Formats: sequence, structure tokens, C-alpha cells
Amino acid sequence: MNTTKKASSTEWAVEARGLVKTFGNHRAVDGVDLNVRAGSIYGVLGPNGAGKTTTIRMLATLLRMDGGEARIFGHDVAKESHIIRQLIGVTGQYASVDESLSATENLIIFSRLLGLGRAESKRKAAELLEEFGLTEAANRPLKNFSGGMRRRLDLAASLIAQPPLIFLDEPTTGLDPRTRSQMWDTIRRLVVTGSTVLLTTQYLDEADQLADRVAVIDRGRVVAEGTVDELKASVGTSSLHLRVHQASDVAAARDIVERVLKVRSSASAEASKITAPMADPDQVTDLLIALRSQGIGLAEISVQKPTLDEVFLTITGHGAADNAEQTAGHSTVLEGAKA
Amino acid sequence: MNSAAVKSQLDRPLKNHAGFGQTLRNSLTMALRGLLKIRRTPEQLFDVTLQPILFTLMFTYIFGGAIAGDVHSYLPIIIPGILVQTVIGTSIVTGVQLREDMDKGVFDRFKSLPIARIAPLAGALLADTIRYTIATVLTFIMGFLMGYRPEGGIGYVIIAGLLVIACSWAVSWIFAFFGVIARTASSVQGISMMILFPLTFLSNAFVPVDTMPNWLQWFVKFNPVSHLVSAVRDLTNTGTIGTQFSLSLISAAAIVAIFAPLTVRAYMRRT
Repeated sequence: MNTTKKASSTEWAVEARGLVKTFGNHRAVDGVDLNVRAGSIYGVLGPNGAGKTTTIRMLATLLRMDGGEARIFGHDVAKESHIIRQLIGVTGQYASVDESLSATENLIIFSRLLGLGRAESKRKAAELLEEFGLTEAANRPLKNFSGGMRRRLDLAASLIAQPPLIFLDEPTTGLDPRTRSQMWDTIRRLVVTGSTVLLTTQYLDEADQLADRVAVIDRGRVVAEGTVDELKASVGTSSLHLRVHQASDVAAARDIVERVLKVRSSASAEASKITAPMADPDQVTDLLIALRSQGIGLAEISVQKPTLDEVFLTITGHGAADNAEQTAGHSTVLEGAKA
Repeated sequence: MNSAAVKSQLDRPLKNHAGFGQTLRNSLTMALRGLLKIRRTPEQLFDVTLQPILFTLMFTYIFGGAIAGDVHSYLPIIIPGILVQTVIGTSIVTGVQLREDMDKGVFDRFKSLPIARIAPLAGALLADTIRYTIATVLTFIMGFLMGYRPEGGIGYVIIAGLLVIACSWAVSWIFAFFGVIARTASSVQGISMMILFPLTFLSNAFVPVDTMPNWLQWFVKFNPVSHLVSAVRDLTNTGTIGTQFSLSLISAAAIVAIFAPLTVRAYMRRT
């Protein structure tokens, strides 16, 4: 850190403009912009098929981009790929470790490939296994590893070179709650040591727990960007779920909900269920009184934390599951018509 | 882990390509990975252990009487032939394994590491020379047990073994190429067999060339496998290094010169 030029190139870990990737006719990533400040945790939030993994793979030089440009610590991703690879660690959605070797052998091979000496590689492997609680399983073949152990080994392998930028693609998908919170602690520690983390997730609470800023991706585009608080404020701090007794009351009930809570509501496919974001749980009292005075009977009422689905509903006007179905090539029109 | 170490990564000078020294180091590390894999799953050595034993026995006793009058006088002809056929046949597995390997998640990590792009290929091919060595040694041992006493002596037998291993390594680049471009491991096996069979059987490995029709003789004499078989016979039976030896090495070099760049190019395009 000697010159001012250096400082400007290290302020942003990732600067991406208009990233595009097409597979056949499908635009998997359709003009994504991302700016990740060095030393922060940045979350890319979106449902399956939204283009999260494709975006990460392009930034990590694993996929060629069809359009746009990206810089990592000021280096051009397309032109300086070998340099980029010296600055990043990638932990994929599916553990990218060698199934046929033991945990120690995996880490030693990766260390040697990164230019560490024989003794140094051994020390590094032991150190990382210790840090990730894998010492006991160090010499067992990976076939007997649980999903959580595999993920941890995968992350350990990404940290050998102490890369300044670490990509984590859905680091906790499929993990049990305990392993999940262990993974979160590990990710937090990475940032304390000076690394930048760019992670993708399907879970709002994961972004909530970890990320300083979040980009919401939908159908290959960034539909919202900001701090987690800003994002939540746009959705409400919690969400209301109502089910009315008589389906004929739905319209009237929605009117009341929208009037009392002053938000947009939505009715689910089963039609008798109404969902709405809510800034203050205290408003439930007012709402219930209003419904009673109109004589609308309730079958079910609950107040929940906003889910990714609601974030989507609020930001895009359609649900996350809906989105996943459409990108998978199925039309939801038929189902909608039936309902 | 400390923040100074992470910061220093950004300040050191970074190169945008891997030098020759790094390429060599990376390839050797990838070869080490191949050896560790063999140690973990020794059953993948079944083919190189059983094939030399089985084929040597089978071909010698089936063809011996018909071609050379008796089994014993057929040994100096068949052992070099069976050696070349077995070891080159083993190199198909290189392509098949490469395909299987490349489908695994670990190749994603290799691609994201700042290593020479050719290293995962070169390393895999290098590690497989251990398979060729096993097949070579076993074929000679089988021959010896059946009464084969090479006139050239042990020194020339070793040279012959090394020549076969080197040429098989060269041929394995052909199968590595199919390994990289093919979609599945079984299609690699299929395509490679179609190349291997004409190459090894349309040669002087098992029968004298003058028993074949003229048009076939032309191909057989041109076939690099014939040159290799002749070179091995010269070495083991008379202890001479002649034109056949040089022709074999030139053919091997030509195969590497054509297929190594093709393979690496195809691999890079997939990366």
C-alpha cells in the first residue's frame, strides 16, 4: 500500500458492468452489475435458476462472459485470468474436492499446486484441518464424509493461498442447522482476517446474518440492491398470512388489509389465502378489529418473518417459486387459469 | 490466517501466465495426485496385471504351433509383439479415466487455481506410465517363465521396455484427445478401441507380414506399431539399436507433436 493508485484499485474487490451469459436462446445472466467493496461480505440472493451460479462462475474465470466487463481488484477478468486466479478462492455449490483421496492428501495436492514446498504443504494441511475441525477424519477417504464435512474441506481448500476474494456458491444449502451456523461463523472469521466474501444464497435469513450488502437477482437481472436493512424495509419487517372462511370474502378482506396496513397484498393460488408485508406487528390488532366489524370470518392467521418469496413478491410482483418454474421452461399460465 | 498475509497478496507482483518451471512443477504435482489415486484404489491396476499374464499365455499357445512350428521358437516373435499390444492397449484407459476425472467437481477447482492449464493433462498421462511399467515387467516375466531367454541380455531388455513405455505415453495423447472431446467415458472407450485394434493387429506383432495380401502389407509396413515391434525384437533378440529404433521414436515424437497441442487446445476451450 505505497501509492494512491494502489488504494483506488483495492477499494473495490469486484466491479462488474452489464454481465451477460446466454445458453442457447436462454439469457441466464442478462446485464448484471455488481460492486463489492473490499473487506465486506456481499450476498447475491435469488431463487434457483436466477443466474447466481452463472454470475459467480464468470467472475471466477470458470465461464467466459458473453457480454459486459468485470474487474477484480482492478484486474480485468477476461484478459488477466491467470492473475485473477491468484486473487480468488472458489467454493462451488458441489464440493470441488477429490473424492478418491483423503482430506489431508487433497489439501497437500492443492497446496503444492499453489507453489508451497513439501513440508510447508503438510503444515498448511494440518493447520487447516485443525481449524475446520476435520483432524480426526484427516486420513479417511472422502467417500465416508458427510455433506457438512465435505463443504468444510472444500472451504479449507479455498483458503490455502489466503486469497483476498472468496466466492461461496450457496455455502449452506443442504446443511443441517448446526453445521449451518458453524459455516456462518467461519465465513464471518474470513472477513475479520481481511478477505472479501461474495456469497450466493437462496435464504434471506442467511443474507441477513452475514451480508453487509445484498443484490437480489431474478431472471438474470439485479432487481434490488442495498443493505439488508434497506431490503427488509421494502418488504416490511414481518409478513401477515390470512385465510378467510368464505372464498367470496377474499376481495373484501384484501381491501381491508390494504387499507389498514397501507401495503400491497396478494392472494395465493388457493385464493382463500392472503399475504401482505407488515412494518409493525402491532397493526394486527387494528386489522382484526376492522375484519370483525365487516363480519369476515378467519380460518387462520399468522405473522411470520419475511421469506425470500415475499421479497420477490414485493420487488418483482411474482413469487420465487413461480420464477423457478418459468425459467425451467414450464408455463404457469395453465395452473393460474385453473385456479 | 492474518490480515497482513491477505493484504500482501494484492501488493506482490502478479504474472498473467505460468512459466516453464511452474508448468513442470504443476505437472509433477498432478502426477503425484495420479499416483495417490492408484494407491487409494489399487483395483484399477487389475487390467495391467491380469492382461499381460492372460494374453501372453493365450496368444503363445494358440498361435505358437501354427506360426513357428512350436511354442518355444515362437516366443522371440510373440513376446515383443504381445508386449507392444498390451502396453499400448493399456494407454486407452488414460483417455477413459481422464474423461471420468474431468466430470468430477475437483476439475472445477483445478480450473480456478493459478496453475498451468496443461498440468492436469500432462500429470495424468505421466502418472499412467506406472501402469505401462507394470504391464511391461509382467509381460517379460511371463515370457521368462514360459522359457523365453532374450539373446540381447538384460540391459537391452530394459532399453526395450523403456522404449515401449515412452511410445505408449506418446500414443496415450491420442486417447487423451478423445477423452477431452468426448461426452462420456464409454464413448471414449468405443472410439479408442476402433483405433487400437487396426493399429495393433494390422502389424507384424503376431504373424509374419509376408503371409498377408500385398495391399495390407503396405499398411503394415507403414504402421508405426510394426516399427516399434521390430525395434523391440532387434533389442531383445540380437541386442541391436537400428533404424527401427529411430523410426519408432520419430513416430512417437510426431504423435506427441500433433496430439498434445490438439488436446490442450480442446481442453482449454472447454475450460
